[in-house]
Amino acid sequence: MKLKEAAKKEERLTGGHRLCSGCGAGTVVRLVMRASDNPAVVGCSTGCLEVSTTIYPYTAWEDSFIHNAFENVAATISGVESAYRSLRNQGKMDEDFDFIAIGGDGGSYDIGFQSLSGAMERGHDMVYLCYDNGAYMNTGIQRSSATPKGANTTTSPAGEVIPGKQQYRKELTDIMAAHNIPYVAQASPFKPQDLMKKAKKAFETEGPAFLNVLAPCPRGWRSKAEEGIELTKIAADTCFWPLFEVENGEWKLNYNPKAKKPITDWLEPQGRFKHLFKPENEGLIEEIQEHVDERWETILHRCGEE
Amino acid sequence: MVKPGDGYKDIPKGGLILEAGNAKNYKTGGWRTKKPILDKETCINCHRCWAFCPDSSVLSEDGDVKAEIDYDHCKGCGICAHECPVNAIEMEKE
Repeated sequence: MKLKEAAKKEERLTGGHRLCSGCGAGTVVRLVMRASDNPAVVGCSTGCLEVSTTIYPYTAWEDSFIHNAFENVAATISGVESAYRSLRNQGKMDEDFDFIAIGGDGGSYDIGFQSLSGAMERGHDMVYLCYDNGAYMNTGIQRSSATPKGANTTTSPAGEVIPGKQQYRKELTDIMAAHNIPYVAQASPFKPQDLMKKAKKAFETEGPAFLNVLAPCPRGWRSKAEEGIELTKIAADTCFWPLFEVENGEWKLNYNPKAKKPITDWLEPQGRFKHLFKPENEGLIEEIQEHVDERWETILHRCGEE
Repeated sequence: MVKPGDGYKDIPKGGLILEAGNAKNYKTGGWRTKKPILDKETCINCHRCWAFCPDSSVLSEDGDVKAEIDYDHCKGCGICAHECPVNAIEMEKE
């Protein structure tokens, strides 16, 4: 879909929400909701998006919205979908609806993980969207299992002894693909058409679909507000955040950078990695580069690109 | 919409918000320190600014982005100016 054409559709998330200036979650959600052709029932797990878009008595959502706790958005939306299916079978409803549960990385990788896994395994006809900004930004930047290695957060502070988060991030997209659901994709807002195309596939999929989208957070990444989208491009060019989809078990690469950039291009503009550039942490950058290279090789292999 | 001073009888049951999208009545334009100014002559109508705006503040009408910028809600993040391929957007100090 051309952007010009997409712009003709109605806006589903209004302005006047209170996400930070330059927050990537707003961009991601706007683009994903553009791809829906039906009225939707939206749920958000606790996180920046939930609290900022629904500050009482305001809502930025043009669709039905259900407020949730941190751990249960996938359970809530799967329940709504089941109720809808029942009403439809009884002939009490005939309108088409889309069902979407949205969580940040904290609500998807960590706290809401079991309800997400359960909803996908039960096979509900719903979409789960994770906007991954790599930490619990809403409560003031605590590390999550999506936080990249070496990042400085308030619960993985970089100091003289420990240089930021000690573990690599976990690959939730792979874990969801291992659920053998019909559609799983990893996307990024710097390619808005690719993101909308994936969202459209997700909405049209019969059964569960999972989208994992990188969302820049200027506060948590300690980066410039205007550079957020550019950073998501750098993430793809350095192969830190590859774009791919898994459709009925078949892996497909969606973006292969012409020239793979060094991981320092991704680390340097972000203040959360500042300490990595001290002479004593030189080895750590090499380690991170090796890890990214290995991951990229794995993705290429799975996508049959070798 | 519920207003300050409303009693419990005025508030919808369950604290529901009955008016969808009413956040547009809340103005976030005051957060801005820099204001995007769109040069309509230079603009090639690629819609990148429209797609990337986190605040739905680049308005597009009938496929034409040259319409206006919604200064009531634009927070001045500058993504539109930074991503514009032809530098048609300037960030001006408020």
